[in-house]
Amino acid sequence: MTLFGYKLPALSSLILWALLWEFVGQAELTFFVPPFSEVLLTLFGMLPTPSFLNALATTAWAFSMGVFFALVIGIPVGILMGKSRIVDELLLPWVNIFISAPLTALVPVLMVLFGFGTRTVIITTSLFAIWIIILNARTGVKQINRSLVEMAHCFGASPLDAFFKVYFWAALPEILGGVRIGVIRAVKGVIIGQLLISIVGFGALFELYSSKFLMAEFWAVLVVLFGLAFTLSEFLAYLERKVAYYATTR
Amino acid sequence: MRHAVPADDIAVSVRNVSKTYGDVQALKDLTLDFPRGQLTSLLGPSGCGKTTLLKIIAGLLPANSGQILVNGQTVAGPGPDRAFVFQDFALLPWATVIRNVAFGLELRGLARSEREAIAEKYIREVGLAGFEQKYPHQLSGGMRQRVGLARALSVNAQVLLLDEPFSAVDEQTRRKFQEDLLELVKHEKKTFIFVTHSIEEAVYVSDQIAILLPRPSRVHEIIRPSNFRDKGVDNIRRDPEYLDIVDGIWASLRSYVE
Repeated sequence: MTLFGYKLPALSSLILWALLWEFVGQAELTFFVPPFSEVLLTLFGMLPTPSFLNALATTAWAFSMGVFFALVIGIPVGILMGKSRIVDELLLPWVNIFISAPLTALVPVLMVLFGFGTRTVIITTSLFAIWIIILNARTGVKQINRSLVEMAHCFGASPLDAFFKVYFWAALPEILGGVRIGVIRAVKGVIIGQLLISIVGFGALFELYSSKFLMAEFWAVLVVLFGLAFTLSEFLAYLERKVAYYATTR
Repeated sequence: MRHAVPADDIAVSVRNVSKTYGDVQALKDLTLDFPRGQLTSLLGPSGCGKTTLLKIIAGLLPANSGQILVNGQTVAGPGPDRAFVFQDFALLPWATVIRNVAFGLELRGLARSEREAIAEKYIREVGLAGFEQKYPHQLSGGMRQRVGLARALSVNAQVLLLDEPFSAVDEQTRRKFQEDLLELVKHEKKTFIFVTHSIEEAVYVSDQIAILLPRPSRVHEIIRPSNFRDKGVDNIRRDPEYLDIVDGIWASLRSYVE
């Protein structure tokens, strides 16, 4: 973006919002918003503490496992739905129900089914991420050029070859788009899991700081969380751009 | 104009093939022979079932009845004896030229060095040397179809099936392709089955032209041009026989064009 002929650096809008935040905080309008500088100082003080690092590790673990399962189940299921009419008709109603369902309301059911441990947090995280991943992989496969499929068939591709050498790659731009959105939803899922199921990790920190009105700490954790989610999402967007060259010419 | 061809010189034989799509009869009791080592065009107005016939020969579509024989063997699906060249090229956009050309061999499980050596040979043959590491989106339409052609050649199938291969390239490239195709037929000793809707193109490149007519789809006529084939690529288009055949075909197709 350019303003008055000057090229603005990336993320400059964030700087503007940080300044506004600082101003509101300094004006002491509400205890809920401490100045941004205070939040940053708290953040840097908090980063090396064992309690924060442990929380980060716990959350990162549950998050990665949740995303991992969402990927290894979601992508093949989506591709199968795109390929096979029967699988599609069987599963599509469920996918559509769960993608719009308030999953938070399902968490108590999951707790009854799977207990109060990390396992349930992981399942919650997967459930938040998986539906959009399935739906996007399905869309990716659905719009594959018919003649690419015929080509693979013609040159003797086995079903496995067709899956890994044609369908997967042809659907990759859509799959990556789904993964990016899914990962962002997984961040929500893991925090909700750690708030509602077992009070550990970042969920426990949020719980602790908000119940004791430690707003600087509360915001600091939120900033860290935002930073991590933003970095992940930007990395996936970068991968998407790497395959964009063929997204238009399939 | 019909010349008898000995039975063992028939590479592909279509026997009484019928195909319906729902209520629509795409092909009805169609019988046609394709002589070995020659190029046969399937020519006709749109809707005459020429692409359907080609895809049935390729094994991509099942026929409702009838038989396809390749070298005397009945075929039920795609096989290594036939290779297909697609109208829209059907290249893998995420793969380089060399991987695209070698893709048929990759699917057959050849080692990488082996299949790339073969692919390189055919890339040179279609005139794309130096473009091995390029991606399809970096090539022009004509060059993309050369990749598709090299892929079909590299699997060394005896029968090449070409589905309107030059219809998506510009006119000048198309003429160059047609000349190159004549060279290819002469040197490769393969059987070419070529679907086109261009009368001039069919007469220019073919040893045998099968005119298909629609409603119901059938072989109307088989034309075998006899004397202009060896007069050189520059002289074909002004040869009296070439012109007569083009006019004759137009006369029989005229009434089927909406």
